[in-house]
Amino acid sequence: MWCSRVVPRQLWWIKQLNLTGALTSNMQREMSTLPRVYITRQIPPEGLKILRESGQVQFELWDSDDVPVPRKELLQKVKGVDGLVCVLTEKIDAELLDAAGPNLKVLSTMSVGFDHLSLEELKKRGIRVGYTPDVLTDSVAELTVALLLTTSRRLIEATHEAKTGGWGTWRTLWLCGYELANSTVGIFGLGRIGIAIAERLAPFKVKKFIYTDVAPRPELASIINAEYVSMDELAKQSDFLAMCCALTPETKEICNKDMFSKMKNTSIFINTSRGGVVNQEDLYEALSTGQIAAAGLDVTVPEPLPTSHPLFTLKNCVILPHIASASYTTRNAMSALAANNLLLGLRGESMIKELKL
Amino acid sequence: MQAAKKIMKVFVTRRLPQEGMKILSAAPECEVSVWDSDEPVPREELLKGVQKAHGLVCLLPDKIDAEVLDAAGPNLKVISTMSVGFDHMALDEIKKRGIRVGYTPDVLTDATAELTVALLLATARRLPEGVEEVKNGGWSSWKPLWLCGYGLSGSTVGVIGLGRIGLAIAQRLMPFGVKRLLYSGRTAKPHAAEVKGEFVPMDTLVSQSDFIVVSCSLTPETQGLCDKAFFSKMKKTAVFINSSRGAVVNQEDLFEALSSGQIAAAGLDVTTPEPLPTNHPLLTLKNCVVLPHIGSATYSTRGVMSALVARNLLGGLQDTEMPSELTF
Repeated sequence: MWCSRVVPRQLWWIKQLNLTGALTSNMQREMSTLPRVYITRQIPPEGLKILRESGQVQFELWDSDDVPVPRKELLQKVKGVDGLVCVLTEKIDAELLDAAGPNLKVLSTMSVGFDHLSLEELKKRGIRVGYTPDVLTDSVAELTVALLLTTSRRLIEATHEAKTGGWGTWRTLWLCGYELANSTVGIFGLGRIGIAIAERLAPFKVKKFIYTDVAPRPELASIINAEYVSMDELAKQSDFLAMCCALTPETKEICNKDMFSKMKNTSIFINTSRGGVVNQEDLYEALSTGQIAAAGLDVTVPEPLPTSHPLFTLKNCVILPHIASASYTTRNAMSALAANNLLLGLRGESMIKELKL
Repeated sequence: MQAAKKIMKVFVTRRLPQEGMKILSAAPECEVSVWDSDEPVPREELLKGVQKAHGLVCLLPDKIDAEVLDAAGPNLKVISTMSVGFDHMALDEIKKRGIRVGYTPDVLTDATAELTVALLLATARRLPEGVEEVKNGGWSSWKPLWLCGYGLSGSTVGVIGLGRIGLAIAQRLMPFGVKRLLYSGRTAKPHAAEVKGEFVPMDTLVSQSDFIVVSCSLTPETQGLCDKAFFSKMKKTAVFINSSRGAVVNQEDLFEALSSGQIAAAGLDVTTPEPLPTNHPLLTLKNCVVLPHIGSATYSTRGVMSALVARNLLGGLQDTEMPSELTF
């Protein structure tokens, strides 16, 4: 029975689908004045362990690893919570914040991106926000380079040929790709991740790194010896172009017909930032007409991308299901950081990584 | 009266990239005959084509053995292969006949090291699986632990054979946060210091590495090196990469190791045979990535290789220095 599992000194997480859950949580609320937290997903074990063992919160979670909490359920569950842990599939907007009510003082997202959060609404209500930069930088940079190489060296085409009988014997020009040696690599948005990507590409004998951003970033640029250029020059000069910027109203669909038309027809376009920076119809045109050589995407609009989408018909387009930070160590580190940010915020202390609103 | 310049007969076993063909056709003393196809020259055509040849340009799928050398006859003085590997050539037979050999080391090091790292990353971060899931509707939404892979950050990498390509691979892996770089081979290499490489016994490398990259040449000693015993010593979470020669690996043992979870995943750019038959068990495993031997497959590298092949050949025909001569 669920009741017998309730231990006054410590809190146990309640299985979301438990029919007696409501009764139990009422009993718990009467028994305890610990801050109430809702977690919108079954986050990796490290984070749950931290929350469970802290003895500082009572929490409920949407106990699914792979299906997001339905909106109606979410709006119901956040009522009266003091803290909220979310992932990037939840829109934290005015509707949700109103549903939560005035107790909510800390929001902790398990992501470095925050385009799913209405920052204005959060600021208005004095809610503090924690997020997870840095711990995922290595993993994201690694996946971006993996995607770039998979795209430029045509690995997906190649594995397909090996499986389906297209592989004859060694041939001189079959499945040839474009190499990084002697190339110019362009970074759009020179932040932590952009730098980490460039550092990993350097030993491939890249000739030159160039970048564009809202303003020059000399300190960061000096780490990788990168030259600041305009967006137009970035498009014109890059043999490999990697999107590393945040999604903002300014960067929305910035990769469009205009940009693709300026790029080399041997160039490789990589996006692991947010799907929204790319105009997907324009990308399809550019790829299918040979305006650019190939593209690799880890992010799309929407996510998931419907299997009927025209981009899937292109051999020179590689699409991954948003796995840039998907390493066991990284996801657990993100989970732990999200948990710790939450606990610190609830105690009124400095978070490890707080988003400035 | 000036003696007519001797015409040298050259047989080329495949259509070469234009960089190489240009050089050959510009050589006035050469009468070049090309098997003008992207597919391998059939054996009978090869035996016919080499007759009375002074020079032979060949590729990996062409077995250059006593039969071919006999068919060519005593004029043959130089064989120029468009590869860095030479296991397709019977070196003792070639040496016996005093024939010189040109090959293409160095120029393909970058492309091959790049492909090997691409293969390692694609295998470790499960890219082909990810692409499949996306295409067949397996992608529903962002999930915290779905398709998680093993990262290089903080890892131990073991390179078997720290030669030109092995070193180039190690250099490319360093900035991913590799903590230790181990290597094994016949002897310690001075250039290992560039990547802080530690020379260790094979067993140590096999049992301590999170990522093993095989980069040695195929010799009687390395044939079948990666077998049941080898895989049994590896970590369960380790990733195995081979871009050297297929025969270094016992493929049945590899299949066992992968399917039983003895090792995490494998990436192969070379197999036995090539091509690998489409019904081969290794192709059924989600944790095995097989590429059709594309290590040096970039436009620029293949162009440079073909130019080198042509220059090696001309050097041999003219009894002068070859840019890259195989010493054996």
